[in-house]
Amino acid sequence: MLQHLKSEIDHGTPARTSAQFVTLKIDGCDVTVPQGTSLMRAAVEAGVRVPKLCATDSLEPFGSCRLCLVEVEGRKGYPASCTTPAEAGMVVRTQTPKLQQLRKGVMELYISDHPLDCLTCSANGNCELQDMAGVTGLRNVRYGVGEAAGAHHTQAKKDESNPYFTYDPSKCIVCNRCVRACEETQGTFALTIQGRGFESRVSPGQGQAFMDSDCVSCGACVEACPTATLQEKSVIELGQGEHSVITTCAYCGVGCGFKAEMKGNTVVRMVPWKDGKANEGHSCVKGRFAWGYATHKDRITKPMIRAKITDPWREVSWDEAIQYAASEFKRIQAAHGKDSVGGITSSRCTNEEVYLVQKLIRAAFGTNNVDTCARVCHSPTGYGMGQTFGTSAGTQTFKSVEEADVIVVIGANPTDAHPVFASRMKKRLRQGARLVVIDPRRIELVDAPHVRADHHLALRPGTNVAVITSMAHVVVTEGLVDEAYVAERCDAKSFAEWREFVARPGNSPEAFEATTGVPAAELRAAARLYAQGPNSAIYYGLGVTEHAQGSTMVIGIANLAMACGMVGREGVGVNPLRGQNNVQGSCDMGSFPHELPGYRHVSDTTVRSQFEAAWGVEISPEPGLRIPNMFDAALAGSFKGLYCQGEDIVQSDPDTQHVAAALSAMECIVVQDIFLNETAKYAHVLLPGSSFLEKDGTFTNAERRISRVTQVMPPLAGLGDWEVTMRLSNALGYPMHYRHPEEIMQEIAALTPSFAGVSYAKIERLGSVQWPCNEDTEEAGTAIMHVGRFVRGKGRFFNTQYVASQEKVTRMFPLLLTTGRVLSQYNVGAQTRRTANSQWHDEDRLEIHPHDAQERGIAEGDWVGIASRAGQTVLRAVLSQRMQPGVVYTTFHFPESGANVITTDSSDWATNCPEYKVTAVQVAKVMQPSEWQRQYADFNRQQLQLLAQARDAEGVAR
Amino acid sequence: MNTPTVYVPRDSAALAAGADETAAAIAAEAARRGLSVSIVRNGSRGLFWLEPLVEVATPQGRVAYGPVHAENVPALFDAGWLQGGAHALGHGLTDAIPYLARQERLTFARMGLTDPLSLADYQAHEGWAGLQAALRLDGAAIVQQVLDSGLRGRGGAAFPAGIKWRTVRQAQAAQKYVVCNADEGDSGTFSDRMVMEGDPYLLIEGMAIAGLAVGATRGYVYIRSEYPHAVATLREAIARATAAGFLGDDVGGSGRAFHLEVRMAAGAYVCGEETAMLESIEGKRGIVRAKPPLPALAGLFGQPTVINNVISLASVPIILARGAAFYRDYGMGRSRGTLPFQLAGNIRHGGLVEKAFGLTLRELVFDFGGGTRSGRPVKAIQVGGPLGAYVPASRWDEPLDYEAYAAFGAVLGHGGIVVHDDSADMAKLARYAMEFCALESCGKCTPCRIGSTRGVEVIDRLRRDERRAEQVILLRDLCDTMLHGSLCAMGGMTPYPVLSALDHYPEDFGLSVPDKKAA
Repeated sequence: MLQHLKSEIDHGTPARTSAQFVTLKIDGCDVTVPQGTSLMRAAVEAGVRVPKLCATDSLEPFGSCRLCLVEVEGRKGYPASCTTPAEAGMVVRTQTPKLQQLRKGVMELYISDHPLDCLTCSANGNCELQDMAGVTGLRNVRYGVGEAAGAHHTQAKKDESNPYFTYDPSKCIVCNRCVRACEETQGTFALTIQGRGFESRVSPGQGQAFMDSDCVSCGACVEACPTATLQEKSVIELGQGEHSVITTCAYCGVGCGFKAEMKGNTVVRMVPWKDGKANEGHSCVKGRFAWGYATHKDRITKPMIRAKITDPWREVSWDEAIQYAASEFKRIQAAHGKDSVGGITSSRCTNEEVYLVQKLIRAAFGTNNVDTCARVCHSPTGYGMGQTFGTSAGTQTFKSVEEADVIVVIGANPTDAHPVFASRMKKRLRQGARLVVIDPRRIELVDAPHVRADHHLALRPGTNVAVITSMAHVVVTEGLVDEAYVAERCDAKSFAEWREFVARPGNSPEAFEATTGVPAAELRAAARLYAQGPNSAIYYGLGVTEHAQGSTMVIGIANLAMACGMVGREGVGVNPLRGQNNVQGSCDMGSFPHELPGYRHVSDTTVRSQFEAAWGVEISPEPGLRIPNMFDAALAGSFKGLYCQGEDIVQSDPDTQHVAAALSAMECIVVQDIFLNETAKYAHVLLPGSSFLEKDGTFTNAERRISRVTQVMPPLAGLGDWEVTMRLSNALGYPMHYRHPEEIMQEIAALTPSFAGVSYAKIERLGSVQWPCNEDTEEAGTAIMHVGRFVRGKGRFFNTQYVASQEKVTRMFPLLLTTGRVLSQYNVGAQTRRTANSQWHDEDRLEIHPHDAQERGIAEGDWVGIASRAGQTVLRAVLSQRMQPGVVYTTFHFPESGANVITTDSSDWATNCPEYKVTAVQVAKVMQPSEWQRQYADFNRQQLQLLAQARDAEGVAR
Repeated sequence: MNTPTVYVPRDSAALAAGADETAAAIAAEAARRGLSVSIVRNGSRGLFWLEPLVEVATPQGRVAYGPVHAENVPALFDAGWLQGGAHALGHGLTDAIPYLARQERLTFARMGLTDPLSLADYQAHEGWAGLQAALRLDGAAIVQQVLDSGLRGRGGAAFPAGIKWRTVRQAQAAQKYVVCNADEGDSGTFSDRMVMEGDPYLLIEGMAIAGLAVGATRGYVYIRSEYPHAVATLREAIARATAAGFLGDDVGGSGRAFHLEVRMAAGAYVCGEETAMLESIEGKRGIVRAKPPLPALAGLFGQPTVINNVISLASVPIILARGAAFYRDYGMGRSRGTLPFQLAGNIRHGGLVEKAFGLTLRELVFDFGGGTRSGRPVKAIQVGGPLGAYVPASRWDEPLDYEAYAAFGAVLGHGGIVVHDDSADMAKLARYAMEFCALESCGKCTPCRIGSTRGVEVIDRLRRDERRAEQVILLRDLCDTMLHGSLCAMGGMTPYPVLSALDHYPEDFGLSVPDKKAA
């Protein structure tokens, strides 16, 4: 999908939707536009581009540059076409001698305070000011330029504090696009204009440097800037790209569309794609800027093998590595049975790659021992929503939030973890939607610029089910049930049972108040707000799922939404915010041990026989091992070999020491990754993976939206991940012969009814599609789920009995630890730690309430030991009012932090999703790293040396 | 015998001239003499060259003395001023002073007569009559009265107030607002301040009527921070009027609500531009909004909003009290009613002159103002504030009427008249106009933001005779860009004083008179 860089037309002002249309004449041409459309946009419709600088179609019109003046017959003066709405019968002229003279006059003023260094300017070739100088025919600046004119800013000092972009005020035309983008698009309000008149200057905060300000480096200002004032450092260094490619971000589950601007196969910059439906032209610091890891020197580019993990790595050919891996798996299976091996698919790889890995395991290994990292994040979502609604995915599009009147955020921190969607949510909140936050921490949304939660239910970790059940109690006992909806759409019997259950006095907010710590009155008010809507939408994250009662909580949310009639239309719904770029897709593709692609149980003979026919093998009807079961089986000696693609289980799974022991007990671990991650340090075969820039395929985001990932550079190691899997399969004796990932998608579509209508050609034509996508849906699939009826037929209720977590505070472990992420880092940090994002967050820290800190004599920045029944680690302390007393918090972006050394084996009753969010701990001031950290440091040093030896050997061989 | 009443104004102009010291001296002197005197701190009569203008109530009427400074007080007592005795500072009956007697005071009818904060005084002088009349009408009928009166906005733009009110009245919204623009920043103007300091209930009454007319339940008065006395007086007046039931949840027992509050500005001239004022009231940077949307439809906090100047709103009570026809009978053409002109600058008799539209500048400046204070010939008169044109002698006999002034490229504005004598350097004044714009520009639109600074530089080059002929062309081109390209009147009207100076006083720019035609 090659697109010439300048092919996009900027309509100047945002599109308006209206049932009424007006027809007017622009430059003699009749044009009909929706009421409320600006003259500028109408002119574009009529084929005329009115000169402009301060207007752009991602921002509301501002009317400051005065280049877009037009003449309207019968009206005095020269109105700005950006701020003047089209009216029926208007006769507009966009080009007259007077307008030409005025525009030239304005341009002359602009250029009198602008450096004349176009040839050496970083925006050369992509500068709207330059374009406008051309369009207005400016030939002479009679005032003089810069110093010759008089007052000027052409010597203003640059702010280069941000690692990714430069602010050069000497180039600034004060169009306010950056300030407006920060407000309207991103919602951070970090930028303002300081001073007035000629001294008006863009300023982060109160005259701060960008890095010292509230700026979150989303890049919206850089994208909005029409000149070189805010410019990517990569463009300053490399110059403008010569072609661009549409692809999809490989960070969180928002799945932003990006335009990779390229020179050959070098990325010049990643620009958020205006037509990307998940992001509509917005981005965050990760997707926009943190892609440099793809060419980081730590990339593994040669296959490597070793017999023992204490041996040095040996770089080998692809063939040797594949043959070695295949022979090891065959040897183990011959000795210990075919179920002694298994594999883990990656939520970061494409649908096609995931599909192929699970196919390899089921068909070539002949076992269902396949699982995916969704096990440790959203497996309860799949279970809970499957049970109640009949499908395992979010019900809405992101755009749906624009119709929501009440937004409930539960156990999610969108401004950090799903920033682009958070911006969209904040925009709706600024328009007046009400907000309920249910979270132990005072997350940013609780009190952000122009956003304030109506209710923050700061519950004790582990008491989600008590909160959601008591909300249901309020709905049922206060007559807030949408009776008509329930009668029409839901299963009567289960509803009646549920209604009786939640109405019990024991489930009232008052009864649970001591357990949850949430004042009953506040909870009642929040429940009423949700029930009254009219459109109430729930967005939740891992703070819901990663609990012993994770599945119960998902069911509780679904119950509440059904009882209030909040599923099945725009503006409502139950929306899991998926953590990784393709976690939805990896689940869809049959990564779970009990499910074939499309969430169909392996015990279903009809389904299984379809796959058996297509794949030409017999598939076991028994579910295989889940990840934690694999570890347990490894320690028990019955599970010996693992193929792990693009997943760092050692760092990301709970109880690190247990995981490490399990891996150490296996005989052959094959890791396919772009870096020597923590898991690879326990591996025997290391197969270089490819980054998203090297991939062709599709990702599926949290909206079930399937978007193309397009290769912009060849795989650094020569083979794509799908080719490696295919070779391994062939070496194992199960033939695979795909020539392109597109053929894999064709197979997926043929075998999976919800994907039947998916094809690359369609995605490229429509931009993206949403599953279910088949003959029964719109061409682009299904935007809103469960319209009219639930996928399972009648929505089903389940009683949600609150059961306290096993992880209880005791005298020994009096605090509860909960974990999460920060904006600048992503998951295990393998990617973001290898970018300048570490300038925002260079170590994981323990957030602790000042009271808890004071009791323990802990000051800001002190080293503190954190001990649980699983293990101990040491981090530096941050005293934070975001925490409630009794609760501490950390992130897990750095392996040496050992956050998961502390987390335990406690897990969800239904899906084994680990209870990351509740660990009883004690915290004490210490002077040195923990024993685990010392051991980790030694082990890490040793493993890096073993890698270095392989690379040195290569150097010698050359 | 009754205690004699002595009036010492509390208006800022009088205070600046020493009225507090005068009042203290009168009290002390009376005490020293064992006399009982009642001192009332009234509003100013608007005869500023006589401030502090002290009045003594006599059976014949109030007798004026001024300017009365503390050191004059013993002699005035000696002269028997408490009985209206003759003295060199005496001016006889106040109402008979020609400057006052020849005025047509409708809006300022009560000005200087009363204790500004006395509700009883206000009531006794026809106060609340307009509100009472309005309470008997529905909103549409009130708007009709204002429409019929021909009242146009007195802030400068002269937009018909009734049409604006009708637009707001017809807009559908749960909340509407009335905002009074009291950011009176034009040089040489003070009529808004006088109303707020000298007759605050008049403004309150006008705003309450506006609220009733359009269905607004909240009002704001945006007062410039340089007016601390106006802020204090109006706040106190609002508190008293609310306590007395003229404001609040139940205006005058009507069951209709109107709440009023004062917002103090932060010292930016441009915040007198109505949309910048809205931004400022909302707590944002005071920058100009693009229109549309009109504030009448999407104004304060995005809601339908009546925005009027102090004098516009203060003119409403008498229209309701006496009827539209009464008011409309004053004035000429499409300029109906009266305008409180403010005489300032180099003028002998500075002060406030309320007259019906149609008199001439010559009458104002010479008959009322008495020519220059310096005694030198008048050279130029700037009408309508710092963005108004310099009116040359050839135009001094034009009627003061919106349309007549527009016809020769000038404006009446807010009625400010600033007089310059023949020592004025008009090129310097033109430069000052650009400099003022550069200082006060909000910085949003390009013509104003950059143009005003370039304007100063071009005029400097012109005055230094650097390529003078080219600079004249450039200055005119710049003025054209600012005039037609600016977002608001700040940049859009700055060319008025500049071009009028250049056109009518070319010799001050070093241009020979033939050059005047060439340029």
